[in-house]
Amino acid sequence: MALRDIKARIDATKKTMQITKAMEMVSAAALNRAEQNAKRFTPYMDKMQEVVTSIASGSKSARHPMLASRPIKKTGYFVVTADRGLAGAYNSNVLRHVYRTINERHQSPDEYALIVVGKVGLNFFKRRNMTIIDSITGLPDQPSFADIKAIASKAVGLYANETFDELYMYYNHFVSAIQSDLSERKVLPLTGFEGTVSSNAAYEYEPSEEEILEVLLPQYAESLIYGALLDAKAAEHASRMTAMRNATDNADDLIGQFTLTYNRERQAAITQEITEIVGGVAALE
Amino acid sequence: MRTLDVSVVTPDGPVFEGTAEMVSSKAKSGELGVLPGHIPLVAPLTISAVRVKKDGKTQYVAVSGGFIEVRPEKVTILAQAAELAEEIEVNRAEAAKERAERRLAESNQNDLDHARAEYALRRAINRLDVAKHR
Repeated sequence: MALRDIKARIDATKKTMQITKAMEMVSAAALNRAEQNAKRFTPYMDKMQEVVTSIASGSKSARHPMLASRPIKKTGYFVVTADRGLAGAYNSNVLRHVYRTINERHQSPDEYALIVVGKVGLNFFKRRNMTIIDSITGLPDQPSFADIKAIASKAVGLYANETFDELYMYYNHFVSAIQSDLSERKVLPLTGFEGTVSSNAAYEYEPSEEEILEVLLPQYAESLIYGALLDAKAAEHASRMTAMRNATDNADDLIGQFTLTYNRERQAAITQEITEIVGGVAALE
Repeated sequence: MRTLDVSVVTPDGPVFEGTAEMVSSKAKSGELGVLPGHIPLVAPLTISAVRVKKDGKTQYVAVSGGFIEVRPEKVTILAQAAELAEEIEVNRAEAAKERAERRLAESNQNDLDHARAEYALRRAINRLDVAKHR
């Protein structure tokens, strides 16, 4: 490679590195805020869980369709992906798993329906002609509850009107800045209240348990979905940050290699010139 | 005078935390006033104002439904959205009201959109009402 070409490669790689470095820092800031959002959400979720548990476990009489399993004719999948790539294995992790699961569990497209968050997921399932009943794209980096209220209540509504008989949620669970785990969670019907008897279960219900469950359970299911989304957002920012840091490190290595080659080539050229001059002088004597 | 802890919590974080001598709210079954020492109670709320009384002053909080959980020394209100009277943006609430009215006029009576617009309108009106009490 000529000296000039190597120089051009070095410059180009340096510019790429600047960009990836900037993206890393943007993601780091976004991750920070996403963690704060998750923290703000915790008191609401905890309280919600407490009240739902005490009602659902405390009373045998209270029955609600969202607490009861029914024969499965159709399964809903709520899949959370990002709008953009450049986040390492963030999207492919979820998509690969969901795709495989659906193909294993279902023979025909009538048996499942997808609700997709994020452009990457939407394109993936569209290309494979899978049944998508709803989707949302262009969510902000720090979504508020109002941003996802519509899709969350739609998901809950589709269960209530028996479009599907169970709802699974797939998303990346944020573990740490360098790790996120794929999470598969059954949202509906709501389960896991049996056996967890809460200490202060002696509530009065106004007007009745049934009517409270009517309000409470959809609100609870929607907050489960919102919680998952916040978690997934944090994982997305973490994933993007790590991917960009790796890219920056790689670029740094490349620049090192190119610089070495560049110096060698330059030295070789100088040596050659000297040899030529010495040769020329010798010929004159 | 005895007081009780009050917190209004939404998915986007706590909106109000404090103590009060009395909390009044509008439950689905009717007006509900809570004084310290109330028996444990859970009730769904309507789209309405929650009034927190302390030292002769009243703090108004607009809630979009949700429910109230009462314990002898603590009241928790869990709503999907809530705003303090001082923090309501009147312009935005006005805009939301107009938008909802327009949708209401356009949509069919039995439509899901109709119900949704009606709900949005009720919320906007509630926010405007509460905003008057600042």
